Amino acid sequence: MGALVFAEHADGAINPATLHAVTAAGQMSDSVTVLVAGTNVGSAAEAAAKIAGVAKVVRVDSSEYEHTLAENLAPLIAGLASGYSHVVATATTVGKNIMPRVAALLDVAQVSDIIEVIDADTFVRPIYAGNALATLKSSDTVKVVTVRGTNFEPAEAGGGSAEIEDGAAAGDQGLSSWVGQALSKSDRPELTSARVVISGGRGMQNGENFAMLEEIADKLGAAVGASRAAVDAGFVPNDYQVGQTGKVVAPDLYIAVGISGAIQHLAGMKDSKVIVAINKDEEAPIFQVADYGLVADLFKAIPELSQALDG
Amino acid sequence: MKVLVPVKRVIDYNVKVRVKADQTGVELANVKMSMNPFDEIAIEEAIRMKEAGKAEEVIAVSIGPQQAQETIRTALAMGADRGVHVLHDGVVEPLAVAKMLKAIVEKEGPTVVILGKQAIDDDCNQTGQMLSALLGWSQATFASKIEVGDGELTVTREVDAGLETIKVKTPAIVTTDLRLNEPRYASLPNIMKAKKKPIEAMSPADLGVDPTPRLATLKVVEPAKRAGGVKVADVAELVSKLKNEAKVI
Repeated sequence: MGALVFAEHADGAINPATLHAVTAAGQMSDSVTVLVAGTNVGSAAEAAAKIAGVAKVVRVDSSEYEHTLAENLAPLIAGLASGYSHVVATATTVGKNIMPRVAALLDVAQVSDIIEVIDADTFVRPIYAGNALATLKSSDTVKVVTVRGTNFEPAEAGGGSAEIEDGAAAGDQGLSSWVGQALSKSDRPELTSARVVISGGRGMQNGENFAMLEEIADKLGAAVGASRAAVDAGFVPNDYQVGQTGKVVAPDLYIAVGISGAIQHLAGMKDSKVIVAINKDEEAPIFQVADYGLVADLFKAIPELSQALDG
Repeated sequence: MKVLVPVKRVIDYNVKVRVKADQTGVELANVKMSMNPFDEIAIEEAIRMKEAGKAEEVIAVSIGPQQAQETIRTALAMGADRGVHVLHDGVVEPLAVAKMLKAIVEKEGPTVVILGKQAIDDDCNQTGQMLSALLGWSQATFASKIEVGDGELTVTREVDAGLETIKVKTPAIVTTDLRLNEPRYASLPNIMKAKKKPIEAMSPADLGVDPTPRLATLKVVEPAKRAGGVKVADVAELVSKLKNEAKVI
């Protein structure tokens, strides 16, 4: 019995987030199959077949899967699941939306957002915003699992040569339809996979001031993030949010600027290798997790930092 | 239309959570408990639908110990019309919650069920999607805007890359994200009025659901603590440390 990984893809390429799920699935089972569903998914399926460690790709080319609607994808995945011991996806907004629906259709529990695979039945996941780690054992015949990407190395995107077979579509359930999207456009690295992240909080005072962080981001090849306070205040869009209910990041370097460090924010970044905090309040909790803390007015420190990076 | 809103009693979001010494869970005794913040947003949205004339009745449901009634009272004080309390002590997993909610939905016949996208205790983010699957309804998760139409909802969703808009046929499940609204505080007169609003009590058995967990919790531990860092005097020292000591730039 192998593991089935639900792949996210766009423009003929596999989403890097899926590569983390392939690695986790390989720790649960000896045989990893990847499901690529959508329209015109030929090149995405071929890309999936090249991922190291993938034994088989199931390609389902049908219009009802174009927009990752959970109502249509869940019956497809649940229908395939009986042939597998595990069904795995990365805990992105797509994975979080679809997988519990799959689990309920199968009448099994889901194990959400795991950070470690102990064995085929046993997993570790954070609870209470990462303030506790629970080890859970599942006795369900099919384990439905979502994976925290930052805790599993990505599988190599090349080197594999899996066979591709076509799967049957499960039909449009006619419950929902996609209307449109407003995506943040940026040439910077994606937040969850960036090597360096610089985030701003309420201390940034407004959205325009984020330009100072963007300037530094461009010098460091960094992604720009934010605390919930900055997103709620409308400084930056929702997809910038790092934290318990936003994105979880674990870059080599995380620079927190004007962020006080509520536990909900720390939950999303405390696994970063090196943390820098710049805040004028020396009592700010962010300094308790920072490797390097600078107590300073960010409006003075950030321009200085930008200049120093030119030197 | 009727709107049903499940609400969960959880450790207050400001409380520093402590793991029990015997590794069986976290310390819940003498800890401040509150309504899950995402559920407050769900209640607020339902009340706004009623105030806008789009909903006739808002029903708050909670599954939990006797004290979960306090959480229902909070929802009633905000403006929900009546409560349903499923009395159950101990852990209840999202799948069992979804099954109980399904039974209540079939009895009450709401057009929309609004849930918080996740509870801040177990951080599962499952119940709404599971309930939707069990009912065979449409689902709009992580909502930041809901427009009620004729037989459908238009929902803007917070997704990793930005915002997405979908249309779902009613009856529908919606789960709330942070930017959907800012929940109101209950006024004193409304808190008094809420004491007279009815709460119907029942048990998981009344709903025909076995709440026994499917997952065994082997242990709960504290995560590794980060070693304390250092304060730097100025930007020059910071850059020097990042270059020469941490070697990350």
